This record gives sequence, C-alpha cells and structure tokens, in this order.
Amino acid sequence: MIEFQNTFKKFGKLSVFEDLNLSIPSSGGIVAVLGPNGSGKTTLIKSILGMVVPDQGSIFFDGKKIQNEWEYRNEINYLPQIATFPGNLTVHELIEMVKDLRLKTANEKELIHKFKLAPFLDKKLSILSGGTKQKVNIVLTFMFESRMLILDEPSTGLDPISLIQLKNLILEEKKKGKTILFTTHIMSLAEEISDEIIFLLEGKIHFRGTIGQIFEKTSQNNLESSIAKILEEEE
Amino acid sequence: MIKILQYSFSDLTRSRWNYFYFAFYFLTGIVLLFLNDDLSKAVITFINIIIVLTPLIGTLFGIMYFYHSREFTELLLAQPIRRSTIFLGQFFGLSLSLSASFALGLGIPFILYGILFSTEIFNFLMLIVTGVFLTFIFVSLSFNIALDNENRIRGFAFAVLLWLFLAVIYDGLFLLFLVAFNEYPLDKFALLASTFNPIDLSRILILLKLDISALLGYTGAVFQNFFGTGLGLFISLIVLLLWSVLPVLRMLHKLKSKDF
Repeated sequence: MIEFQNTFKKFGKLSVFEDLNLSIPSSGGIVAVLGPNGSGKTTLIKSILGMVVPDQGSIFFDGKKIQNEWEYRNEINYLPQIATFPGNLTVHELIEMVKDLRLKTANEKELIHKFKLAPFLDKKLSILSGGTKQKVNIVLTFMFESRMLILDEPSTGLDPISLIQLKNLILEEKKKGKTILFTTHIMSLAEEISDEIIFLLEGKIHFRGTIGQIFEKTSQNNLESSIAKILEEEE
Repeated sequence: MIKILQYSFSDLTRSRWNYFYFAFYFLTGIVLLFLNDDLSKAVITFINIIIVLTPLIGTLFGIMYFYHSREFTELLLAQPIRRSTIFLGQFFGLSLSLSASFALGLGIPFILYGILFSTEIFNFLMLIVTGVFLTFIFVSLSFNIALDNENRIRGFAFAVLLWLFLAVIYDGLFLLFLVAFNEYPLDKFALLASTFNPIDLSRILILLKLDISALLGYTGAVFQNFFGTGLGLFISLIVLLLWSVLPVLRMLHKLKSKDF
C-alpha cells in the first residue's frame, strides 16, 4: 500500500503537487498514470521511490514513512524513463552488478532470451542503440520477484515485437498477483492492459477509476477521446 | 559502499582518460628523471606540476563523472541502497582511481630511477601524499558544485572557476595584500591565509620539506618555524584532512533533501 498524505512539492516556482492525497493498494492489478507532459507523472513515481523529497506531507509504504528509508525498495522494481548506464561496463557486467546489489535471486536468462539480448551480452553499454538499452532496462526491472513494479514510460524506443513481449510480461506479473504502476503516453496501451486509471493534470488527480467508469463519465467509447474530453472541460 | 566503490573504480580504470592521465605522469617522470639526472630538481619540477594539475584533473573528472553518471545514479537510487552509500562509493571510486593513476604514473619512474635507495625518499612520499590529498579535496569540492547546480554548463564553469581561483587568483590577491600592507607584520596573517587554500598549503608544505625556505626570506623563516617542525607538519596535515572531510560532510547533508 502506497499512501500520499497532504503532499506538497515545488520545483523552484513551479508547484507540482499541492496537497496531494492518494492511496494505491498493493493488492494486485495494473494502474496506469496518465496525463500531459509536466502533469507530475514522473514526480509521482520518483516520490514513491524516495528520489524526490516532498516539501511538506509524507509518503507511506505499507504504513511506514519512507523518508530516509531504503529497505522498502526491496519490494519495488523500477524502470526509469531514460536508461543510461556506465558506458565502460558490458551488458553482462551490469546485470551481474544489479544482482549483486539486490541480493535477490533473478531469472535474467529467460528475459535475455525473450528480448534476444544474447548477442549483446559482451558488448559495452555505450555502443548499444536506444531500443536495445531499453530492453536491458526491462531485463533489469523484471528479473527480480518483487511485490510491486513501477514503470516510467516502459514502451519508449521499443519495436512492435518487443512491445508485445513487454505487454505479455506485464500481464504475467499481474497474474502472479503483483501491483504494476506505470506511466505512458500511448493511450491504446493503457486502455488495453490497465485495470485502473489515474489521470493527473497539474499535479491534481482529475479522474481515478476503471476504464469503464471513464467511458461512462465522459460518454465516449475510447480512452483517447475520454481524456481529450476531460482536458476540454478543464479549459 | 564497497560494492559501489568497486564498480565505479573498475568502470573508471577502463576509461581512456585515466590512462592518458597515467601516461602523462609516467612519461614526464621518465623524461625529467632520466634526461635531467637530478633527483631534487625533478622533485621540485613535479611540485609545480602536481600543485596545478591534480586539483585541475580532480575538478574536471569530478564534475564530469557526476553529471555523466547521473542517470546511472538514478538507477542505483531506485535500488534498496542508502543514498549516502551510493555517493560515497562513487566519490571514493573516482578519487581512488585518479590517485592510483597519479601515484603509479609518478611512482614507477621514480622507483626505476632508484628513489627507494635515495635520501629524497621522504620528499617523494610527501609529493605523493599531497597529490592524493589534493585529488580527494578537489573531487569532493566538484561533487558539491555538481550537487548544487542542475545546469551542467554552469556547474562546469563554477568548478573551473573554483580551481582557477584557488590555483591562481588566490595567490595574486594574497600577494597584492602583502604588498599593500607591507608596513605591518603579516607573518601570522600569511600563515593563516595559506591554510585557507589547500593548494597553497600543499605547496608550502613541500617547499619547506625541501629546505629551500631560506630563499623565502623572513616570512620563509616564520613558515619554516611553523611548518618545518613536527607540530607544524601535523597541523598542516590535519588542515588538509579537514579540507577533505568537510566537503564530504556537506555533500552528505545536501543529499538528504536533493531531488533526482
């Protein structure tokens, strides 16, 4: 269970969260965080991970305040938006290093096979293409068994085949009873796999509910036009 | 922390720049020692190189490494690891790999020349210790600057300016001050002012060890009285240690509220 209590966050003059209250149960399921650029999606995710420190208010993970804590991150696998790794390490070394840091058993072999990364294992990370780096990023995220997965724009740079692989991977994790929280720009992806949607606009939650509920509320029949409708109403 | 340190270190020891840095000291060492064939002259030449170069390289590598590994740091921050562990690991990884390039690059030519059986051994060790101190100090200063400046160009400019100030401008101001107030007894002031600049402190420390303080006149005698004694040496090393520790403490404090 993740809980934001009266959270405020400003970056310089730009206020991202003003009195944000949100709870995300970790009882399994896929939650999509949607919103235009600069709506606070990444800040939300980074706050959960403790990478962004709120100015006021607190964030709780399983009822415990996360500030200056680190053990709770054992329960979370995180896929960052931009994947840049130390260029001098090889893919294999990077995977071994993250395994070494997490001290958890990992099933990277299956994932390497799935994303056809075997030929790149001994290549240095600096020479990999953006898409291949993202695949390495995905392997690093999915190779551990954790209760919660947090994915920031997971589809960035992926070819259609890998995108399908990723979708299946997310659905498999859901079947295992895990909670997956992800952000995306691709509405069709959110519509296809998510159980619940959180729509953020200027750091405030403008809609939260299932796909069915958003269709009903906006009297539309696809997510793209539903979101467009909410945005129009705002203006 | 040891794990992060190991990875930073092994990542850096494979970096081309680190080899250039090593090669520079190695070649200069060979040239100066074997062509000149005068150990104490070589040591003096190296003071001038080290005093300027180790801070510069520490600053540049520090700021570049910090900015360059930013996304990787984010990956680490999402792992179950303490923040301070990550940054201390990177700090020691970088400082140690630079120090290793420096100490080996300079050490090998000197050992080949036979420093181990020479009377200059203590001066040579002093040279290495100061160089290592300066590397650690300037890496931590540049990490602090990088933490304060999200804008990389500005951070880079600040770091280079800091180096320029401590390596060049500080001495100029110091000299101007001494000239302007030369009617007053300034030895205490000069002593104090030189401890506020790690580069000056290191320079004086080595110069006085080389027993050429006679060239420095009355102030030189005051300095010799202070730095030349065991107590002076001890205090200077403590001040250098403070210069290495305080920026690291500030970095750790700053990290607590930093957003990534």
